[in-house]
Amino acid sequence: MSRLISGLLLVFIAAFSYVYFFSRWPVTRDVPWTAFVLFVVALALMISGLRRTPRKVIASIVMVIGIAFMAFFTFGTLVGTRMLPASHGSPAIGAKAPDFTLPDTNHRNVTLSQLVAAPGANGVLLIFYRGYW
Amino acid sequence: MTPVAISVDTPEESRDLCQRVGYTFPFLSDRNGDVIRKYDLLHKGGGEQGRDISRPAEFLVDRTGTVRWRNLTEDLRIRATPETMLEAARSLR
Repeated sequence: MSRLISGLLLVFIAAFSYVYFFSRWPVTRDVPWTAFVLFVVALALMISGLRRTPRKVIASIVMVIGIAFMAFFTFGTLVGTRMLPASHGSPAIGAKAPDFTLPDTNHRNVTLSQLVAAPGANGVLLIFYRGYW
Repeated sequence: MTPVAISVDTPEESRDLCQRVGYTFPFLSDRNGDVIRKYDLLHKGGGEQGRDISRPAEFLVDRTGTVRWRNLTEDLRIRATPETMLEAARSLR
């Protein structure tokens, strides 16, 4: 039973260590391999635990929870984060960037055409982001 | 090159973020998503509680207002690196 519990704990550690730690660097973020390696170890621990314990019913429940969580994480990172709009109408390279005026953090209006024409401004990098809520 | 960040966050929310993280470039608030829509970047229901937000995207605009480089990531976990964006900015010279 202790192997089963360790395996389940490792499943959670694998997922949370990705979200809060390994997702900071491209090499561990783009493919969440650290989580997948730990998932394999966790699965091995749980299978071994299931074989050894006489309490098969509760052991099976623990294992189902672990596998469901791994599936959820895998779907979330490999499929969920790719569910983005197609953006076919987005300005392509060579097209004019649509002009706009928006307020900054001091409620002062900022206009794109003025930013790009400002002396010394060698181009403007527009960074659209999801917002941090 | 001047970076400009745009999201549906309020100016106050962006000010908090800038103070916390130390960003000094402009953060613009597109509360209703009008500009985000103009750039066809609206991610319907993508935010908290089904709020419409912007998908991640970057555009490099030159002095004439022309797009010279852009990045529409296919996966919101994977963004353009600072190196890639600086490389694109260098090409403007």
